[in-house]
Formats: sequence, C-alpha cells, structure tokens
Amino acid sequence: MARLNLFLPLVLFVALVLLLARGLKLDPQVLPSALIDKPMPQFRLPALGADKLLSRESIIGEPVLLNVWATWCISCRVEHPWLQRLAAVGVPIVGLNYKDQEQAALDWLQQLGDPYRLTIVDAEGSLGLDLGVYGAPETYLLDAGGVVRYRHTGIFDEVVWRQRIEPLYRQMLAAAAAGG
Amino acid sequence: MIPELGHLALIIALCMALSLALLPLWGSWRNHYHAMSMAPSLALGMCVFTALSFTALALAFVGDDFSVALVANHSNRLLPGAFKFSAVWGNHEGSLLLWVLVLSLWTSAVALFSTQLPLPVLARVLSVMGFISVGFLLFSLFTSNPFLRTLPAIPTEGNDLNPLLQDIGLVIHPPVLYMGYVGFSVAFAFAIAALLGGRLDASWARWSRPWTNTAWAFLSLGIMLGSWWAYYELGWGGWWFWDPVENASFMPWLAGTALVHSLAVTEKRGLFKSWTLLLAILTFSLSLLGTFLVRSGVLTSVHAFASDPSRGVFILLFLALVVGGSLTLYALRAPALQSRIRFAVLSRESLLLFNNLVFLVATLTVLFGTLFPLLMDALGQGKYSVGPPYFNIVFLPLMAVAMPMMGLGPISRWKQDSAQRWRRELLLPMAAALVVGALFPSLYQGSFNPAATLAVVLSSWLLLSMLKDCFVRTRSARGFIAGVRRQPLGYYGMMCAHLGFAVCVLGVVLTSQYAVEKDLKMSPGEQFELAGYRFQFDELAAVEGPNYLAEEGRFSVHREGLPPFKLSPQKRRYLASGQIMTEAAIDAGVFRDIFIALGEPIGEHAWAVRLHYKPFVRWIWGGAILIAFGGFLSVTDRRYRRAVRSGASASVLVEHGPA
Amino acid sequence: MHPVRKQRLWAVVFIVVFSSLAAGLVGYGLRGNINLFFPPAEVAAGLAPAGQPIRVGGMVVVGSVERSTDSLQVRFAVTDYQATVKVEYEGILPDLFAEGEGVVAAGALDERGVLRASEVLAKHDENYMPPEVADALLKANTAGVTP
Repeated sequence: MARLNLFLPLVLFVALVLLLARGLKLDPQVLPSALIDKPMPQFRLPALGADKLLSRESIIGEPVLLNVWATWCISCRVEHPWLQRLAAVGVPIVGLNYKDQEQAALDWLQQLGDPYRLTIVDAEGSLGLDLGVYGAPETYLLDAGGVVRYRHTGIFDEVVWRQRIEPLYRQMLAAAAAGG
Repeated sequence: MIPELGHLALIIALCMALSLALLPLWGSWRNHYHAMSMAPSLALGMCVFTALSFTALALAFVGDDFSVALVANHSNRLLPGAFKFSAVWGNHEGSLLLWVLVLSLWTSAVALFSTQLPLPVLARVLSVMGFISVGFLLFSLFTSNPFLRTLPAIPTEGNDLNPLLQDIGLVIHPPVLYMGYVGFSVAFAFAIAALLGGRLDASWARWSRPWTNTAWAFLSLGIMLGSWWAYYELGWGGWWFWDPVENASFMPWLAGTALVHSLAVTEKRGLFKSWTLLLAILTFSLSLLGTFLVRSGVLTSVHAFASDPSRGVFILLFLALVVGGSLTLYALRAPALQSRIRFAVLSRESLLLFNNLVFLVATLTVLFGTLFPLLMDALGQGKYSVGPPYFNIVFLPLMAVAMPMMGLGPISRWKQDSAQRWRRELLLPMAAALVVGALFPSLYQGSFNPAATLAVVLSSWLLLSMLKDCFVRTRSARGFIAGVRRQPLGYYGMMCAHLGFAVCVLGVVLTSQYAVEKDLKMSPGEQFELAGYRFQFDELAAVEGPNYLAEEGRFSVHREGLPPFKLSPQKRRYLASGQIMTEAAIDAGVFRDIFIALGEPIGEHAWAVRLHYKPFVRWIWGGAILIAFGGFLSVTDRRYRRAVRSGASASVLVEHGPA
Repeated sequence: MHPVRKQRLWAVVFIVVFSSLAAGLVGYGLRGNINLFFPPAEVAAGLAPAGQPIRVGGMVVVGSVERSTDSLQVRFAVTDYQATVKVEYEGILPDLFAEGEGVVAAGALDERGVLRASEVLAKHDENYMPPEVADALLKANTAGVTP
C-alpha cells in the first residue's frame, strides 16, 4: 500500500504531460482570419499604365504573390527593394495599387523600378474591401488555383519570405510540377 | 569562421556530455574505478567547450557579424556595446546556450568542490548532470542552433534587439535567474544519485543542502531582478503580474523554499527522507516545466520567446523522460517504510512540515492557475485567461497563515516542545507586535486599513520573535561577542532570510494598499497635486540617444519643506526597429518612490501622463535581497566544509530514541 | 488510541482540512477572475454575455481611433474582417497600440454592445525598418500610414 502511494506523483505527472502535449497542438495566439484558404474574390479593374481590364483570371494560373501598395505608404517604400530582388529571381508578383493616384503610382514605379508582373488599380478600394485589406502594405500568397494561402500584414522582407512564405511557395511549386 | 568553431565546440561539448552521462554511471554500477574517476575531468571539459561556444557567439554579436542569422535578427550596429553582449541571451537560441553554459558551470562546480564525496556518489551525481546536459545540448544543436548563417545574402544591418531588453536589468537578470533555475539540477542530481545508489541515509541531504541553498538564493535574486526590471522598464509601475513566465520561475522558488526547509529536517533529524527526495525532484521538474512553458508557446505571455512547435515537442519529450524516469525511480526505490524516528505535535519538525505543506499548496495553486487556460483550451471550453486577482486571493492567505508559524519556528526545539515554553518565550513579542499594529495607523498618516494592519502585525511578530530568539541564543557568560560567535553562520543565514521575508511582505502589502496613482492629461505649464506632492510639467523637449530619438517631459516635483527635484520621463522611438518605448522617470527613496511615465500625445501639446506615489515599494526588492543573502550566508557555515571534508563519515546521524 | 496512531490521525485531519480550505480558495479565486476570449464575429452574433468580464481581440480598424481632447477617453473599433466591435477605454494605451495592429481588450460589454475595456494589450509585430526610414517616418507620422 505504502509502495503504491509512491507511484502517485508519477501518475499525476503523466496526466500533466498529456495535457501539455495537447497544449502543443493549440495555438493561444491564433485569431480567426476570414481569408485563409478561401478563393481570391472576383474583380474587374483596370491595369496600371495599360488600357485594359483585369480580372481574377488574369492573375491566377501559377503560385503568385499579391502585394498591396500605395505611394502614400511609407513602409511600401521600405519593402520595395526586396520586392525588386524577389522579382529578379523570377518570383511572380502582382501589385494591387490601393486607394492611390494613378499618376503618382506610375511615377513611383518609374523612379524605383517595377517589380510587378501586373498592377491592378483599385482606386476606390473595392477589391481591398473584398479581400479584407485594412492598410498597406499587405502581401498575399495565392496558389495556382487562386486560393489565398497566406497573408502577411506590414512590411514584407527577407525574414518574412524565408521563414513564412518561401516554404509554402516551394511546396506549391513542387505540387504544380508533380501535377503538371 | 568563428561561428563554425563555436558550433564545433558545442558538438564537442555534446560528446563530452554523452561520455559523462554514460561512463561514470556504468563505472559506478560495475564498480570500475577508472570509469568513475573520469567524471570530474569530463565535467570540466564539457564546461570549457560550452564556454568556448558561448564566447564564439558573443564575439559574433559584439563584432556585428550579420552573416549569423541570430545576430542579424537580434542586434544592430547602433546598439551600445554592453547590449550587444547581452543581446546574446535576448533571444531563444542564445538564452538556451546560456542555459547550457550555466548548467555546465554548476556541473564543474560540483566536480571541483565535491572531491571529498565518495567516488561512486560523485560519479552518479555528475552523470545525472551530464545526462541533463546531453538533453539541452541536443535541443540547442537540433532545434535551436544559434550559429546558422544567412548566406549567401548577408544583410548589411541587423533587426535590432527588442528595446525592452536594452536595459541593465536584462543584462544581469537572465544569468542570475538561470543560476537559480538550473542550480536546482544539483539537488536533483544528488537525489537521483541517492536513489540509484540505494543509500538513502541523511548524508545526501547534508551534501546537497549547500548546493540547494545556493541555487535557491540565486533564484530569489533572479526573481527580484525580474520584478525590479518590470517595475521600471515595462513602464507602468507594476512589479508583479502573475504572468505565465513569471510563474514559471516562481513555482520552482516556492517548491525550492519547501525543499530548503525539508532538507534541514532530513539533515538534522533523518526524517522526511522520501518527502525531501520527492521535493528535490519536483523542484527541478518545475524548472524544466518553466523552460517548456516559456519556450513552447503553449501559453501567451509578454516575455515568451517566439514559439516553434518542434521545440515544444522536444522539451516535452525530454521533460517526460527526465521527470517520468526520476519519478519511476522514486516510486521503485524510495523508502516506503515509516521512519522510526518520532517527534511530537509541538516540535520544530511539525512546524517545518507545516511550512512544507503551505509552500507545496502554494506551488500547486500557482501551477493550477497557470495551466488553467491550457486545460480549458484542451477541453474545448474556449480561450480563457486567469487574472491576477485569482493568484492574490489564493496566495496571500497562504502566506498569512505561514507567517505566525515562522515566528515560532526558530525558537522551537527539535523532537518535543511545549506550549507552555512557547508562551513564556513569545508572549512579549506577540503583545509588542499587536501594539505596533494598533499604533501603525496613527504612525503612518492614514486611516485604518485591515490588510496593512495585518501585515504590520505579522511582520513585527516575525521580527520581534527573531530578536527575542537571537537574544536568548547569544546570551553567554563570556559576554555578548562570544555569544554571537557561538551561533553557527547557518543560523544567521536563516535569520537574515526570515527578516527579508518580513521586509518583503511589508513592502508588498503597504505598496498595494497605500499607493496612489493617477492617469491624466497634462500640458507644459500645468501642475497636479498627488499624495502631498505637487507635480509641475515644466517643458517638453526632443532628445537624441545613441540609437533612439525621444520626446522628454521635464517635470519638477515639489513638497512642502523639501527641496524640489526634477524627473524626466521619455517616450523613445528606436531607430532600427521603429519601436516605441516608454521610459519612466523614478525618484527612488527608502520610504516612497515617485514615478512619472508619459503615455501618448493628445492634441497639440498635451500628453497622457501617469503619476505614481508608491510607498515602501523598495522594501519588496530589499527584502528579496536579504532573503538571497541569507541563503548565501547559510552556505558558508563551517559544518558544510567539514561535512565535505569528512566525506563518508558525514552520514553518521544523531539518532534519537522515540520521544 | 495508541498515541502514535492518534498523532497520525491528527496529521491526516489537519492536511485534509487545510487542503480543502486551499481548494475552496482556488474555487473562490477562479470565480469572476477568469475571462473568456471572443473574436468580434462571435460578439456580433450575440454569443458573448453582456456585463461579464471577457476579452475581445483583433485588428484595430484604420481610422477608427478617436481620442477625446479633454480627457483620456479613447474609442476605437476592433475587427476580425467579419465583424467589428466598438471599444471604449479610459487611460493610457500601450506603446505598441496602433491602427492596423493587433490588440486584445479586456472588459465587459454594455447594453449597446460596446466593450467597456479596463485593459488594452497590444500584440507585438516586429517590423523591419532601417534607420533612414525611421527619420522619414517621424516626419510623415500622418494618418493612413501603417505602421
């Protein structure tokens, strides 16, 4: 009997470990996000610097980054060189020029370089509303089927790319290669 | 090149730790002298290579080597030199390396200072510590390698250290805290060695007691530093938040306090052996649990490191292995039979048992409160958080119950005491404490406050009964000095720690009862009166620091009959990260602190300002320093040096017959 | 009864009484001092109780922060992109509080469905920003710029 009592701490500890193991699967920080794993909304908006209309179909087809930017956004200037470097190595980036002046946006790209494959002009912020954009910069990762897989708010830089987005992006490329 | 050498040194340290974990243990089992006698050199070698690895990382930080990812993410060229060094442990990977370094320092300290222990015991103790080192070295190398490079694209500038950590408090707080946390591994190792060796007399208690007291003193100091840092650096005048990370270090302290007292009984009387063994295991397990909670991201906290599930899984497995293994060993080997040594209900043993009960219950309630959100989440009940009031409601009554007994403890006798004697000895201190409590409201210009009065009565009861006990014990025919010298240093250590506890309690209760605080909007030229002090907002200025820009509010504080003094709180914007930081201005005093912090600008010139009058707040940390000092003092007691020197013979016990 | 037995009985009785007192304290302490987290969508759906301590977390809606000019009253809205909850708070906001950043506000809902916050915690999001930009940011610290 007395010997069995000595096992009591062990039993309690096993229960504790089970609880902690369960806890590892739960993330206390996670706040529900409406967008992840939902398809990119449909839109019909003009392209920047070209006389044509863009839609959802113009940007999907391969894994792509969607970068929300504006000339009034200081942080966008900060992340711009990084976008340039990423574009230079062949990562497709689509711009979403958000609540901005078209001429100012064109000047910006003229001065700083244009990392975007296409730039959607969302002067009224209607696509932004559908996407749930609350500010700039924001960066979304869409898969080949046009489903939003990741969303980053704030400055998009090398650290974010390496730690958060690149692994997902590589997976998508691998999946696309295997599938096609 | 240097980072690669550091990485290599860490791998060598791992090899040494592996050998240390296996060889001497095997030697003690097969009674192989050479295998056992390798233990101290392996321990020292492990320490040297861990230190080399740590130095390599420190060099990378100090030398702005942004090709090391850790440096690029947590340091910056503009960072002042001292903070570049402390940035080493301002992140998960580096602080884990510090953890390992501290562990190897403790291991080699045992190797160096316990050479008089019987060889099999020393071999087992060092092996157990080697085993723990293996776990943490593997953890560091496989999930948290601090030496990863950012090749090929080397950033030209680093991300900067979180401004909250750019502070002298954070330079010293983690190393001291880890000295405590990790130091309990020695007590753990001694307990496991005793269980493995099957030699469960009280000698292991005597051997492990100075180590335990030292670790406990370090932990007290570490917690105190953390609380002091939170007070002035988090900016809003709180000094304890019952945050999961604070609790993670506080739980080992509570269990450690029980262990320190229980060890006293086991050493002196050979009682509570199994219980003390269990406490030693529990205390270190709580250290490991704390590490898990801080680093796995299962709980949210302002201090927690960035979470990574693979790290959590690793520590949890290690925790399960170490604690599960040791508890299994405990269940199989601990002495189950009731001790034949008796003691009366009224005796020092009972009082110490009561202490153990109080501190164990306190540990469990804090543990429960800390894990409650996790429990509810795991049961699918939603995301709860447990507020500080829970901890206060549960914890404070427990301490209030412990204090009357603390006054009795030192004066009581082992084995058997009588209520009559206690009454004779302590009637005077008790009456005096009640008088002090009754007089306190009129001494301290305030109305009657039940909590404050209770704290004053209990603290003065503790102080006065200690004085009385000191007086009785130092009474000597050969004069006072001879009487003082007759008492062992361990006695004064205990007295000092108890005194510190009383001071700390006074600080805690008086601050929380009598502090006055006000958040208000102030513009330059305006003034406000608080707790008899007139706060005048003189002007607003822009200030430039080494790596930040700041807005500085310049205040002068006036009080009748005293010269006015100036306080200049700042709102800083750190250049590298753009982070905003509140830097409070504090005028510290023995009896009160005046504290001003800038909130945010409102409108053109006005600012949200927080003013604090905090009486006795320094007593909290002063008390904690006394507690720590008491712990250190008790270790210098002559009998431990003798006990170590006489080695095996130390196990001779004073066995008393039935009472 | 044998004196040793008697002593042990006393010890057991004492421990039981003491532990149940402690358990009682734990139960009492938990009542009213724990609060449950609700995302704004659940608050909007009426799932959160009014008048009880809760926490609401999400992003601070850009442009929603209104400061009173003569007191420390502040109002803002928190969103999870599905619904928004209005928050009222009186006091000093944490350093990391900003429009478009994450916050958790603790308080109770009033009858209008506004969260009367007693505490606002800003969630931390470290953005990389070189020094030359910080200067520009200081000058351009105008509305609409995140972060």
